Amino acid sequence: MPLVKGEKITDDTFVHVADDAEIPADGAILISSARFLENAEALSQRAGRTGVIWPNSRDVDDLVPWLDRLAVVALVFPTFRDGRAYSQARLLRERFNYRGELRATGQVLRDQFLFMLRAGFDAFEVKKPADAEAFANTVKRYSVFYQPTGDGRMTTLHRRMMLRHSESANP
Amino acid sequence: MYAYDELDRTLINERVEEFRDQVKRRLAGELTEDEFKMLRLQNGVYLQLHAYMFRVAIPYGTLSSKQLRQLAHVARRYDRGYGHFTTRQNIQFNWIKLAELPDALADLAEVGIHAMQTSGNNTRNVTSDQWAGVAPGEIEDPRIWSELLRQYTTLHPEFSFLPRKFKFAITASAHDRAAIKIHDIGLRLHKNAEGETGFEVLVGGGLGRTPFIAKTIKSFVHGRDLLSYVEAILRVYNQYGRRDNIYKARIKILVHELGIEKFAREVEDEWQEMRDSDTALTLDDAMIEDIRSRFSYPAYEKLPHMPEELKTAAHDPLFERWRKNSVFMHKIQGYAIVTLSLKPVGGPPGDATADQMDTLADLADKYSFGEIRVGHEQNLALPHVARRDLPALWKALDKIGLATPNVNLVSDIIACPGLDYCSLANARSIPIAQELTRRFANHDTANLIGRLHINISGCINACGHHHVGHIGILGVEKNGEEFYQITIGGRADENAELGALIGPAVPYGEVADVVEDIVEAYLALRARPDELFVDSVKRLGVEPFRERVYATR
Amino acid sequence: MTSPLEQKKIKITGPSVVTANRTWDGIVIYRTARQDWSAKLSDAAIVRTSDDARALLAESAADDVGAVGAYIAPVEIKEGGKIKPGNLREHIRLQGVTIDLPVPA
Repeated sequence: MPLVKGEKITDDTFVHVADDAEIPADGAILISSARFLENAEALSQRAGRTGVIWPNSRDVDDLVPWLDRLAVVALVFPTFRDGRAYSQARLLRERFNYRGELRATGQVLRDQFLFMLRAGFDAFEVKKPADAEAFANTVKRYSVFYQPTGDGRMTTLHRRMMLRHSESANP
Repeated sequence: MYAYDELDRTLINERVEEFRDQVKRRLAGELTEDEFKMLRLQNGVYLQLHAYMFRVAIPYGTLSSKQLRQLAHVARRYDRGYGHFTTRQNIQFNWIKLAELPDALADLAEVGIHAMQTSGNNTRNVTSDQWAGVAPGEIEDPRIWSELLRQYTTLHPEFSFLPRKFKFAITASAHDRAAIKIHDIGLRLHKNAEGETGFEVLVGGGLGRTPFIAKTIKSFVHGRDLLSYVEAILRVYNQYGRRDNIYKARIKILVHELGIEKFAREVEDEWQEMRDSDTALTLDDAMIEDIRSRFSYPAYEKLPHMPEELKTAAHDPLFERWRKNSVFMHKIQGYAIVTLSLKPVGGPPGDATADQMDTLADLADKYSFGEIRVGHEQNLALPHVARRDLPALWKALDKIGLATPNVNLVSDIIACPGLDYCSLANARSIPIAQELTRRFANHDTANLIGRLHINISGCINACGHHHVGHIGILGVEKNGEEFYQITIGGRADENAELGALIGPAVPYGEVADVVEDIVEAYLALRARPDELFVDSVKRLGVEPFRERVYATR
Repeated sequence: MTSPLEQKKIKITGPSVVTANRTWDGIVIYRTARQDWSAKLSDAAIVRTSDDARALLAESAADDVGAVGAYIAPVEIKEGGKIKPGNLREHIRLQGVTIDLPVPA
C-alpha cells in the first residue's frame, strides 16, 4: 500500500509490529493502542521512533499525555463512510497541539484527501496506487474554503473581510 | 436574495469539475459503485426505480427568476420537462442520465445553483420559512443565518461522513412555517432581554422509523456563537452517533439514549473547550454584516392597502375566492405574499412543468421583483407582489394552472413520490393524493372543512412527513398488496406533535373513503365552524374518529 | 414491495430474474443467459431455485461498470411462455409510473 507524504509516494520507514511479536529496542515501529498503553511510559522512551495506531472508537484523550513523545499517530478509517477519525485528527492537532506525523490508514480514497489534509493529516496509506499517484493534483481541486480548520487556509469570510479593507484603504 | 460572489461561484465550479472527474472514473471502472455511491449522493444523485433522480438545492427556498428559468432548461434538456418540489424546499428531477449530470450541473452553476450535499450522510439544505424577509412580525430575516450556516456546513472536512444525514431548519416568526421541531437541529431566532439576536437551539427531531419531536438543548445562543455551538453538536454526534445500525444512527437516537440533559452537557463541555482554545468560529459583527449586505431587498413603493384595481376586482367571485385563499399579509403596506398552489385537482402534488416555470419566472420579474420562494409544503410563493397587481397576476396564474384556491385546505396535500418513483417505497402515494383532490375538488366544501393538512408517505422513511400531518397516511405492504395506516392529530408547527393511529391499515381502494369518513366525523363533531380539524382531534381524541371509520370495516 | 435493496438472504418462491439499472443512464435492465443485459424482460434469464438465483446474481454483480444495484425480482410466466413482472414494483419499473406524467411523453 503506497504511503503518501508531502504529496509524493514515499517509502514507509515504520514497521508494523503485531501484538504478539517482540518490540525491537531500536527502529521505527507502529504498534496498537492497547499494546502501547500497557507499557506507555517505557515505550514512549524507547530508542527508536514509536508510532501508535489509535482506533476510531476511542477518545484521543487517553493518548494525550504521550503525544510529545510519539513520532506517528495513525488514525483509522475502517470504511470510507466512517468519519470519526476526522474529529480525532482535528482534536489532536488543534486542541492538543500534536506536531508529529498524523497518518490516515484504512479505507483512504482519492476523494477524501483534501478533507483529510484540512483535518490535519499529513501522511496517507492510500488504498489504490492510482489514487496515490493522483494525490498532488487532487488536493488542488478546490481553492475556496468556507470554514476554518487548523490547516491555516484562509476562509471565505476572512478573504471577504480583507477585500473590504483593501477596498476602503484604496478607494 | 443572496448574491453569490466570485468565491461562491468558484466553489460551485470546482465542485462540478470534481464530479465530472468522478463520473468519468465511475464509467471507466476506476471507481466501484460502492465507492461512487457515496460520492454521487454528496451531489444529490439517487438511483430510483426507473432512472437516476437528481436533487438540486434551493437554499432556504429562495430562487431568482433567472435561476427558475435555468431549472426549466434542465427539465427540458436533461429530463422529461418537469420537476418536483420537495418537503425540504429542494427540486428533484426523476429521469436524469448519469453521463449527462456533469453538464446539467455545469448549466446550473452558471446561475449559482448546485446540488452539494442534498443527499448523503452529511449536512443537508438549511431550510427556512418561505416567507422569510417579508412576513409581518418576523424578528429578522432568518435567511442571513441560513446562509451563514450553509457556507459553514458546505464541504466541511470534519463532518462530511457523519453517521447519518443531518438537517437544519430556522424560523424567526412566532408561527413556525419551517417545521423546526422535526429537524436534527432546529433554530428559533429571537432576541434576549438585552435585545441581542440569538437562537433557541433544539436538537434531535426527526421522523422515519422512530419519530421524535426536537428538544431544547440551549435556550439562548448568541448569534456570534451560532457556528461554534453547532460545531460542538456536530462533533459530539460525529464521534458518538451509532455507526452499527442505519436505523439508529440519527442524532435523535443519540439524544434519546443519552437523555437531553447528558447530551446537553457533552455539547456544553465540548463547546467550552473549543472556546478556550480558539475563537476561529466566533462571528464578529463585520462578518455577519458582510453576509447581510449580500442580501438585496426590493425598493418597495409607498402603496395603498386598498388600490382601485382591487376594489374593481372584488366583484369577481372567482378572483375573490382565490384572493381570500392564496394571498397573505406582507410586512410592507400595499404588498402581499402570494402562494401558488402546486396541487391542482387530479394532479401529482408539488410538480411544475418547464413551461410553467418559464412563465412563472416572467411573472416574478413583472410582479415580484424577480423572486420566487419554495415552501416545504410543496407549493411556491411570490413574496413581493403589489396588491394593485393581484388581479392581473391572478389571471396570468390561472392561465398556467397555478391558481388553484386550495392552499392549506384538504386538497393541499403533501406527498412523497412513493412507489411510482422511489426504490425505498412500499406503496404508491401520488394516486392516493390525486384521488383525494378529486373527492374534495369542490371549493365550497373545502372551505367549509377549513385548514386541514394531509401528508402521505409511501414508506416508513416518512419523506411525506405523515407523522405530523393533521391526517397522516403511511403506505405499507401486506401480502404483496398496498395498504395504508392512517394517523390523525399530528402537527408540524410550533405546537409540533405526532399523530395517533386510528386503527388497522386499509387497502389502497379504501383510503379516499376513509378520509371522507374522518372529515364527515369532524364536521359532525366540531364545537364550532372555526374549530380546526386538528383541534377537534386534540379535544376529542382518536376514539370518535376510529368508531366512525371502522364501524363498517 | 418491501425494498429488495434490503434482501439479505436469497430465497425465491417462484420463477425469478435478475434486474438492475444501467449505469450510464439508469434505465431498467434484465440479466440474460448470455452474460449481458437487456432492456427487454423477454430476454431475461429465468431462475427457479435459490442456488441458481444466487449464482446468476453473483455473475451479474461482477459487472460493476455496466449495471448498478442488481437484485432478484419475481416474475410470472404466462401461458405461451410470456414473462410478466411478478409484483407491482417490478410492473412499475418495466412500464413506468402508474400516473400521467405532467408533460406527456
